[in-house]
Amino acid sequence: MDAPNTIRPAPALKPARIRGSRRVADRTLRIACLAATVLGAFVLGSILLMLIVEGARGFSPLLFTQPTPGPGSEGGGIANAILGSLVLTGIGIFIATPIGLMAGTYLAEYGRGSKLAEVIRFLNDILLSAPSILIGLFVYTLMVRPMGTYSGWAGGVALAIIATPVIVRTTEDMLRLVPGTLREAGVALGAPMSTVIRSVTWRAASAGIVTGIILALARIAGETAPLLFTALNNNSWFSPDLMGGVANLPVMIYQFALSPYPNWQQLAWAGALLITMTILLLSVVARFVIKPQRAR
Amino acid sequence: MNAAPAINATRFDGRNPADEHAPIRISAQALNFYYGQFHSLKNINLDFHDRQVTALIGPSGCGKSTLLRTFNRIYSLYPEQRAEGQVLLDGQNILDSGVDLNELRSRIGMVFQKPTPFPMSIYDNVAFGLRLYEKLPKSELDGRVESALRKSALWDEVKDKLKQSGMGLSGGQQQRLCIARTVAQSPEVILFDEPTSALDPISTGRIEELIEQLRSEFTIVIVTHNMQQAARISQFTAFMYLGEVIEVGPTNRIFMNPTVRQTQDYITGRFG
Repeated sequence: MDAPNTIRPAPALKPARIRGSRRVADRTLRIACLAATVLGAFVLGSILLMLIVEGARGFSPLLFTQPTPGPGSEGGGIANAILGSLVLTGIGIFIATPIGLMAGTYLAEYGRGSKLAEVIRFLNDILLSAPSILIGLFVYTLMVRPMGTYSGWAGGVALAIIATPVIVRTTEDMLRLVPGTLREAGVALGAPMSTVIRSVTWRAASAGIVTGIILALARIAGETAPLLFTALNNNSWFSPDLMGGVANLPVMIYQFALSPYPNWQQLAWAGALLITMTILLLSVVARFVIKPQRAR
Repeated sequence: MNAAPAINATRFDGRNPADEHAPIRISAQALNFYYGQFHSLKNINLDFHDRQVTALIGPSGCGKSTLLRTFNRIYSLYPEQRAEGQVLLDGQNILDSGVDLNELRSRIGMVFQKPTPFPMSIYDNVAFGLRLYEKLPKSELDGRVESALRKSALWDEVKDKLKQSGMGLSGGQQQRLCIARTVAQSPEVILFDEPTSALDPISTGRIEELIEQLRSEFTIVIVTHNMQQAARISQFTAFMYLGEVIEVGPTNRIFMNPTVRQTQDYITGRFG
């Protein structure tokens, strides 16, 4: 708009210039954010795409019915590794859940403001971010060396040690979200604290706690390092004896992907796709579990 | 703001006269309360009469809720809080260390400011307190739950959905559910901590009617910020200020003829 012959006061120009520079800053930041997002999504997308393309090529029903083949031979599947992974994560989560749930409950309910709880919380946070290979080595020294053999039990324990701090943390966080008045209401009815925790607070936080357990499951499903030192591998069929090495997907992928045999490499891709899909599925399930609570 | 007396005398005068000869149910004697170093209640001496509604009024932070919370010792959940002195319930000092807190709390019920339904069905909410110490046969439990819901004026609204979650009720219904949960235990005393401050006027009216009905069976202590409410539903009123009881008496007298200047100023809205 050109208003003829109107003299604009000089200061009016200045804000306009500032606005201009702000617009540039705004646009720059927005483009930078967008670029970063695209880059991140691109990397993730290419990994997934590569995984799906390569993995799908090796995908066949045989994967689930045949054990891993010998070096250089054709055919075979990864059934033993799938079953072994299920058993190992099963043991891990079975040990970690009660410990994590109880410890998280202690931190959120009984240990409020106590020094002991603070120390436990601090140690738990350290354990949460401890490199998983350390945990593998720890269990190796603790179980594999004394027993003289790699074992499924050792693998399960190593996974449990990784899952426990995750469950402790989420359980405590979720219990802290339960309003204090709900506890007071339970106590005010003459219920002992243990009853209030069991039938009120746990129930109020159940969706969050279950989500934490599922996420812990997803976390240990793909762990490799702790299993390298503990469960190792076993190229034959899974046997109910957990006192020997147990085949599992992550270590199988690690070994087969680095092997010179195309058949093994192909199976590694298929296994990687399978693990990724499982973890994806668990994450989706976790989202659905927590959803009803948010909608409330 | 209108400087005229805030309370319309006809609304309460004579409808529910205070019975000053009613036996004393709870008696606080030389009661002091501390939050850590902070001295919150100062030498409280106050009696609560049987089957009467006693309202505790006063500005925020004056100690009304704190006083209420000593009567069921709920404060003992928090280690830094402590009470000294005596609170006699039927002659027994409930501040004694030997008192069984769970038993005490089943005799003195409490309803909170915000409705606190448990994440379970309506039925289970009411049965929660009943299941704690008694193993009742199903038929008797059903009867007690129904009776509690009737007494709480909630039965007609929920009788067809007892299995549904208590969280799905409206705010006012949730609060009546909490009252039913408390009533189900047949306590001697019910403590109400601003039970209607989170509710709309219609729900508030229903809760007030309910409290009026419950008075025939229970001794009631109610903390309220709403002076009309205190005037409408209570027989006795205690005005508290800065941790002390300034004045106490029949509601009628406290609102019509307060003897202490501070009481008068608070009631007429000059401060608080």
